[in-house]
Amino acid sequence: MSLEIIGISVLWLFLFGYVIVGSIDYGAGFFNAYSILTGKQHVVSKIIQRYLSPVWEVTNVFFVFFFVGIVGFFPESAYYFGTILLIPASIAIILLAIRGSYYAFEAYGKKGHRRYAFMYGASGILIPASLSIVLTISEGGFVSMETGNPTLNYSALFTSPLTWSIVVLSIISVLYISAVFLTWYANETGDKKATSLMRKYALIWTIPLIVAASGIIMELRGHNADHFTRILDLWWMFAISFLFWLGTVWLLWKKRNYAMALWLLIGQFAFAFFGYGIAHYPYILYPYVTIYDGFTNDAMAISLIIAFVLGMMLLIPSLYLLLRLFLFDKKYIKGKRE
Amino acid sequence: MLFEDPVFMSRMLTSLTLSFHIFYATVGVGIPLMIMIFQWVGIKKNDVHYMLMARRIAKGFVVTVAVGVVTGTAIGLQLSLLWPNFMKLAGNIIALPLLMEVFAFFFEAIFLGIYLYTWDRFDNQKKHLLLLIPVAIGGAMSATFITMVNSFMNSPSGFELINGEFVNVNPIAAMFTVAMPTKVTHVLATAYMTVAFVLAAIAAFRLLQGANKTYHKKSLTLLMKIGFVFTLATALIGDLSGKYLAEYQPEKLAAAEWHFETTTEAPLNFWGVLDESNEVKYALEIPYALSILAHGDPSSEVIGLDQFTEEVEPPLVIHYFFDTMVTIGVFMLGLSFIYWVATWRKWTFIQQKWFRWLIVSGGPLSFLAIQAGWWMAEVGRQPWILRGIMTVDQAATTSDYVGLMFILFALLYLVLGIGTIVVLTKMFRHNPIEKDLERYSGGKSS
Ligand code: HDD
Ligand code: HEM
Ligand code: HEM
Repeated sequence: MSLEIIGISVLWLFLFGYVIVGSIDYGAGFFNAYSILTGKQHVVSKIIQRYLSPVWEVTNVFFVFFFVGIVGFFPESAYYFGTILLIPASIAIILLAIRGSYYAFEAYGKKGHRRYAFMYGASGILIPASLSIVLTISEGGFVSMETGNPTLNYSALFTSPLTWSIVVLSIISVLYISAVFLTWYANETGDKKATSLMRKYALIWTIPLIVAASGIIMELRGHNADHFTRILDLWWMFAISFLFWLGTVWLLWKKRNYAMALWLLIGQFAFAFFGYGIAHYPYILYPYVTIYDGFTNDAMAISLIIAFVLGMMLLIPSLYLLLRLFLFDKKYIKGKRE
Repeated sequence: MLFEDPVFMSRMLTSLTLSFHIFYATVGVGIPLMIMIFQWVGIKKNDVHYMLMARRIAKGFVVTVAVGVVTGTAIGLQLSLLWPNFMKLAGNIIALPLLMEVFAFFFEAIFLGIYLYTWDRFDNQKKHLLLLIPVAIGGAMSATFITMVNSFMNSPSGFELINGEFVNVNPIAAMFTVAMPTKVTHVLATAYMTVAFVLAAIAAFRLLQGANKTYHKKSLTLLMKIGFVFTLATALIGDLSGKYLAEYQPEKLAAAEWHFETTTEAPLNFWGVLDESNEVKYALEIPYALSILAHGDPSSEVIGLDQFTEEVEPPLVIHYFFDTMVTIGVFMLGLSFIYWVATWRKWTFIQQKWFRWLIVSGGPLSFLAIQAGWWMAEVGRQPWILRGIMTVDQAATTSDYVGLMFILFALLYLVLGIGTIVVLTKMFRHNPIEKDLERYSGGKSS
């Protein structure tokens, strides 16, 4: 395997990690706000306090890792994306700040402010929407080099159906991933009411998810035919993803083995995410940046990979400890330990 | 108009974000060590007061960490958003410390999460204390790695520059540049010093308000001692930083000292003003001091601004930044030294109101010194972003909307800053130490 492929695979893996853990965080915020409206607040807000507050920073580092890594392995992409993303990325930062400050300011006050909880919930929907714009842009067609510098054509971007279908998919995914996770988690805590509520939410989003995902592939056909054919070549990955999706839905429907349902969901997203990514190869930004011409020098690439391996050796045991204490400790999640 | 100039506004936005982040970053580096010391003393002496201090500081820490993470994420993204040309070039060589910094964050975040939410889940307090070690190390390592990046910008090395591209890159050499040793140690020492004085200021303030005497007195005495040690380290390393500058960035030192002509036996001008013909007026002139600062030898020669063309001359305003930093350093060194001697000799004037107010002023002053130090270091690097290789003009984005973003972020930081203050004061007001003491004394001291 070439250094380029190793680099992009590591980054894609971390982005996938962020999509999963981030979705849980973002979706929970939305469900929390929604349940305040419907008067079922205690259900989700407990989970936010017990599970999300201790781990949200770790979630955020996944994101930081991705953008530091992509600039590290592919400095050229910093030039293109940095120049064009000033506004969308700044908006995303501000939304992230709203979330971070919710954990800082709100979790420690005795009674929550409703308005803050709504902002927190809304940011959970808007962040994935604004970040997903980057995926759309990377498909090409929205960036031109007229003045010698990359410029983003906003009107083309915001009138393209591709943009909006990716936005919709990102929002639905967040809600779906989060609902399936929370179903499992609520079930572990033994909270029957919360489980059935979350299960209901999860089931609601199953069909829209598949419709939106298929819609994007159709959109791509017109927008980036190259990417589209490469996706068709990888049809088997998407087929496996679809079967996993069926598995999750079936288990949820039958109220059986929520842990398995969660694993199948992760598998479903993994296959789709990597299928999409592999089909994108070798472009980072159609047609300007590929993983080959935008790559860093070999000395740096090798030292980054070594640092990465060493870092992971430190990190994996620590992460395991964190999850054991907050996710799998039966007494803690049931609230018997404060 | 300046507001529409992407280069100028990128500088302003970077300055704004970094200056704001530095507050929280400093706290993030320093607080874990302070909590560790308190908790350790508490376990050793089996003293509920110290345990409570550790616990209360940790509670406030949750708030500052969250804002630190938010602002850090902002500056991390802004590096690429505002300086895309810089990152395209320098990304080839500074990526390693940046990636290692992220691992340090990971490490810190994981153990901080565990530490903060497990106060009562360990029967043995020592085990809980152990969790703090990775947090303290993680914070110090984040600061170390990012300061390595900054050192590289001041003294780039570890590569050859051919046709505007870095070749023969040596990432390790780029991390261990000549600027690195003094920079990293000075940054760490000042963070510990500042946090000690900030906590001391809070204790002194509470004493002035007549709060629980023994609790705050204990903490004040310990903190002033810690502060003294780190201020001494700061001053010594600061002196070495001066020697580094004289050797490798003489234009920065010359601009900071308003040293226009290369001379031997150079005096040091403290404060003062410049008139139209660049004559220094009203300054406190300390004979030989600049030669000593630069080379440790009163008769040595110090390079002046006459050796540099106007284009690469740093702004002369950094003189004031430098003097602010040094004045505060000397003041805090004196204050904490007097306090120490006084507790030892049982002099009582340190318990008087005016002395307590001086200690209170030490908190904000230390933060001011940190800001002044960074402004001096960064503005003093102008016009370069990578000294000798790339200027700030060449590095900046070409986007037209930087001014707008500046306003947006200024508002964001305003809200975050006010939020931090309000939440912290509320947190401790609603939960005064007396209440905590009642709750935890008697039984276990956890
Ligand atoms: C509490 C804060 C504080 C205090 C009291 C001092 N400093 Fe400092 N100084 C810093 C906080 C700081 C800093 C924020 O940490 C800087 C900015 C960049 C850096 O590397 O550290 C810095 C930079 C810095 C530099 C520039 C290094 C460079 O640009 O490469 C010099 C020459 C000194 N310091 C010297 C001193 C001296 C002689 C002091 C006498 C007591 C002193 N500092 C006190
Ligand atoms: C160009 C400058 C800087 C960048 C790009 C940067 C980046 C970041 C990022 C991305 C985070 C959030 C990490 C997370 O998600 O957990 C962060 C937090 C932090 N930064 Fe910075 N940083 C910079 C300057 C500094 C400086 C100068 C220091 C110390 C002297 C520092 C120390 C810290 C610490 C200790 C944290 C952890 C948060 C906390 O505990 O409060 N950073 N920084
Ligand atoms: C790695 C990329 C970095 C870039 C591109 C960068 C660039 C800049 C620029 C252009 C300025 C404005 C200077 C001026 O207005 O005169 C600035 C200011 C500043 N930088 Fe850096 N810097 C970087 C890293 C750091 C690091 C690692 C630190 C500290 C830890 C730091 C601390 C500061 C501070 C405190 C200021 C404010 C000084 C002022 O108000 O002008 N910078 N930076």
